[in-house]
Amino acid sequence: MSLELIAPPTSARTPTSAVPARQIGRPQNRRRRHVLDLDDFTVEEVERVFQDTIEMKNVLQRPIKKVPTLRGKTLVTLFYESSTRTRVAFELAAKALGADTVSVAASSSSVTKGESLIDTIRTLQALGADFVVMRHHQAGAPYVVAEELNASVINAGDGWHAHPTQALLDLFTIRERLGRIAGVRVAIVGDILHSRVARSNLWGLMLMGADVVLCGPPTLLPPADFCEGLPWTFERTYRLEEALEGADVIMLLRMQLERQSGGLFPSLREYVRTYALTEERLARAKPGALVMHPGPMNEGVEIDPKVARGAQSLIETQVTNGVAVRMALLYLLSGLPG
Amino acid sequence: MADPGQKQLLGADDIRRAVARLAHEVVERNAGVQDLVLVGLRTRGIPLARRLQDRVLEFEREKIPLGELDVTLYRDDVHQRAPRTLSPTSIPVDIEDKTVILVDDVLYTGRTIRAALDALIDLGRPRAIQLVCLVDRGHRELPIRPDYVGKNVPTSRHEKVAVRLEEIDGVDEVVLIQSATVPA
Repeated sequence: MSLELIAPPTSARTPTSAVPARQIGRPQNRRRRHVLDLDDFTVEEVERVFQDTIEMKNVLQRPIKKVPTLRGKTLVTLFYESSTRTRVAFELAAKALGADTVSVAASSSSVTKGESLIDTIRTLQALGADFVVMRHHQAGAPYVVAEELNASVINAGDGWHAHPTQALLDLFTIRERLGRIAGVRVAIVGDILHSRVARSNLWGLMLMGADVVLCGPPTLLPPADFCEGLPWTFERTYRLEEALEGADVIMLLRMQLERQSGGLFPSLREYVRTYALTEERLARAKPGALVMHPGPMNEGVEIDPKVARGAQSLIETQVTNGVAVRMALLYLLSGLPG
Repeated sequence: MADPGQKQLLGADDIRRAVARLAHEVVERNAGVQDLVLVGLRTRGIPLARRLQDRVLEFEREKIPLGELDVTLYRDDVHQRAPRTLSPTSIPVDIEDKTVILVDDVLYTGRTIRAALDALIDLGRPRAIQLVCLVDRGHRELPIRPDYVGKNVPTSRHEKVAVRLEEIDGVDEVVLIQSATVPA
């Protein structure tokens, strides 16, 4: 497998090196059990997810939007951070496949680290969860859970580290529109440093052969060597005009307003003036360039409302595709013994 | 056949004649082609259904609509095996009140057909569903029987029946394969 080629030294992989050994998602030569990050996906596996996603979209367009594939299985969503679309998309995906869903919203105040997380997990185990979809503010938390549980764990976002299902739905959406990912020029714009969406998308886009430019204020871009050890080449720039030049896809990130007090950029107004995607700026990209945003959007901050609702925006398509991609992933993880 | 573990049951001419007879039987039983829809089960049911469509077109001068069905999401053994990559399900016409002619290559336990019946009924309410198979090898595990059979072949559970079709395998034949790991 080509996995070894892209295997990074674990320390260089993320700014939060709390992530334990790779390959937990799919121990070598065995079937995939978990979806924790895209770093253990091969091109073939991503292509397979795309193919299954197309069929899942067909299921969702039928008069009866339901198949019995996961009947009798239980999916638990365990969210330590807020979410609308990811959690709802997983619940709809599970229901469309005939599974039952239970939603556990862990209030962040009751959660410290270590024991309480493990206790929660053991409870879910005892209740017979087959799939645990988990979002946690700490990078690596889903890996700890995956080692503890017999169930399949799907990472729905862990700290700054990864959000693999978002990246897969973004990749699928690009592929659906443009027919390919290889050679497509993608500008990822915004708070790259704090963004798990950017990190997972970068991994997926590199794997699939896209041409990527990361763009944001210097304080919100990861250091130039943050992917050291990986055979990747991508560009970094502080200038939006440069990033937009020739872009086929512009992927905007949410400006994480809660981090604004940290002094990482002078003022929101300045950010808007320099980095907000307006119609005038969009005109600098390739004609018909696609605009994506993982949501939730801060309209008027990273994206102008006219662009968000414009003809080039794929934002609603992303949400719709999110359900089908998650159905494909749940299907991929099905068929485990026990 | 050169391979001693394989025995040819049907050659290309046999398959051609069987398909022609099946086409006539379908039209005769339904007194025409009105309201018929052919649905091929993937993988080899699809080219077989297309051949039936061609034959019927030759002698009735009418083209029966043709669809394809992947029943993977309806199988009862999804939890026992690695999930297969999905293939397209597309039926170009509404099957409501139509007579669906389900086409498969080999009828064995009947479980695939059970899944196909569920899948079809989720897509609409056909007036009737009839089943065509090129080979019926017996060993049914469910109360399912075919309406039209190309050839009945008594088999043992240790044997394998392989249908090879020009469109997919480059050759038209049906062979009986002795499993290498047959218990004595």
